[in-house]
Amino acid sequence: MSTTETTPEKATATPAAESAPAPSSIARILLADPPPARPTAWSASVTFGWRAVLKIKHVPEQLFDVTLFPIMMTLMFTYLFGGALAGSTSAYLQFFLPGILVSSIAMITMYTGVSVNTDIEKGVFDRFRTLPIWRPAPMVGYLLGDLLRYLIAAVVIVSMGLVLGFRPEGGLVGVAAGVAVLLVFCFAFSWVWTMFGLLLRSEKSVMGVSMMVLMPLTFLSSTYVDPATMPSWLEAFVNVNPITLVVDCVRSLCAGTPDTGELLTVAAVSTGFVAVFGPITMRLYNRK
Amino acid sequence: MTSSPPAIEAHGLVKTFGANRAVDGVDLVVDPGTVYGLLGPNGAGKTTTVKLLATLLKPDGGEARVFGHDVASEADRVRSLISLTGQYASVDEDLTGTENLVLLSRLIGYSKPQARSRAADLLDAFGLTEAAGRQAKGYSGGMRRRLDIAASLLSTPRLLFLDEPTTGLDPRSRNQVWDIVRAVVAQGTTVLLTTQYLDEADQLASRIAVIDRGRVIAEGTKGDLKASVGLGSVHVRLRDPDRRDEAATLLTTILGSDAQRESDPVALTVRIEPGDEPGAAGTATALAADRSATALRALADAGIVVDTFSLGQPSLDEVFLALTDRPATTDEERAA
Repeated sequence: MSTTETTPEKATATPAAESAPAPSSIARILLADPPPARPTAWSASVTFGWRAVLKIKHVPEQLFDVTLFPIMMTLMFTYLFGGALAGSTSAYLQFFLPGILVSSIAMITMYTGVSVNTDIEKGVFDRFRTLPIWRPAPMVGYLLGDLLRYLIAAVVIVSMGLVLGFRPEGGLVGVAAGVAVLLVFCFAFSWVWTMFGLLLRSEKSVMGVSMMVLMPLTFLSSTYVDPATMPSWLEAFVNVNPITLVVDCVRSLCAGTPDTGELLTVAAVSTGFVAVFGPITMRLYNRK
Repeated sequence: MTSSPPAIEAHGLVKTFGANRAVDGVDLVVDPGTVYGLLGPNGAGKTTTVKLLATLLKPDGGEARVFGHDVASEADRVRSLISLTGQYASVDEDLTGTENLVLLSRLIGYSKPQARSRAADLLDAFGLTEAAGRQAKGYSGGMRRRLDIAASLLSTPRLLFLDEPTTGLDPRSRNQVWDIVRAVVAQGTTVLLTTQYLDEADQLASRIAVIDRGRVIAEGTKGDLKASVGLGSVHVRLRDPDRRDEAATLLTTILGSDAQRESDPVALTVRIEPGDEPGAAGTATALAADRSATALRALADAGIVVDTFSLGQPSLDEVFLALTDRPATTDEERAA
């Protein structure tokens, strides 16, 4: 009772205070129309994706990962292996560029886990978790925001390749299709990192585990050399490595010779990643 | 929906973290449209209780309903009725004030243009228009807190949780938060407030539960609680030590409790008893000021010269002492 009685006098009792909240205008805000219908799963996810993009806008330094790292990888391996493996750097580039495109961006996906790990401890996640929205939306939002980073990295790598002498037979359409397939795969693959981001205690351990997984996956693949040159036991592993499957598919698309079998394989592998690591991520998220 | 269920109804709520029973059988009933205060020291289980009621944690025992909906089995329904302003900033510090509110408005379901205008309206109402374009990490404590509460009001919740809303704020910011809470509850929103400060609970809440070691150790109206702890105490230093006994008798008559004679021969401390006044008629602060003014006048009328006269609010320590015969410092058993 007494609380309602004191409101009017308090409204006049805070007069000159600069930029102080005015109780009368707060009352007006609360009398607004009943709240709208809750957003769809897609709309909530896109909104979280927008949050990730805003963070890139406010902290643009985080784009170093997706620009400098791929440039470094492309330059290093083109000139390191080019002469030895294919006789010339430009000959090697035709084989190598689609591979390093996939490997570099697969490496970058691990930053998803790092940002989930550091972000989840902040108070704002308590607020997100009390909103009546589709539960995976914050996680999907991260991945949507990351797609932008992967796309930037892809543009950087392909541009770099074109400057160095990469001339894909598939033309713009083929390369664009290759990048599209790669982004779909990375979206699915990143659920591994959201899981680790929620599972592990510190940013450092997330980085450590990510490197342990990614180094063998990206190097023991068809990225750098033809698996046919490898010992049979290694070739067997390389041929089932998801990175190899994606590299082969992107390579065919860039070469203008798309292969339905490869496309279906990548689709199946991507679905598998989401189906296994998505639910685990959400279990961990709900328990945090 | 049944006919007007309580805003919150909890029975035997339990939450354990390992061997620590952070919440150990809490019962609460909060009437709609009121401010309910959860008062207790750090680690008493206030935040854990709020997290259970706000669907952030699942209870290990007991049950709780928010407007008749079970917090565990109907969590999604409960989430559509509540907003939470956590103890630590529950806004995104990397984003600007506007971006924070637009983001949350979109998540509530507003369209882009609606979200922008809703954000602008709330920033204006909370006096944050000038800071709207700046990142929240650059805000002062008071501004951040206001943005945080604004974010909770985007959806006009029926139940608002405020976890220690004024901890760490300067007095002016604290008063602003209090004004906001009064304005919010005047519009019919129920507020569950946790605080370490007795005067905050006293200023805002109509009912108060004192919580300690995960249990409610006292519950009632402000009047009930005041009756158990007194209103604070008057401390005087007299010019003439010879008149101390006379002053003590006088103060005991007016304030209703025995005067403590301190080692300083001119000093006296007397607790103010609530007396017969109806408890809810004024705040404890006003009542205490009134009683002590009477006491000061009586001393003057008797010709007793007073050098120092001060009025001390009852502290949380005194509440705890009165309720548990044990001080409120429980740092060694702080809960999550």
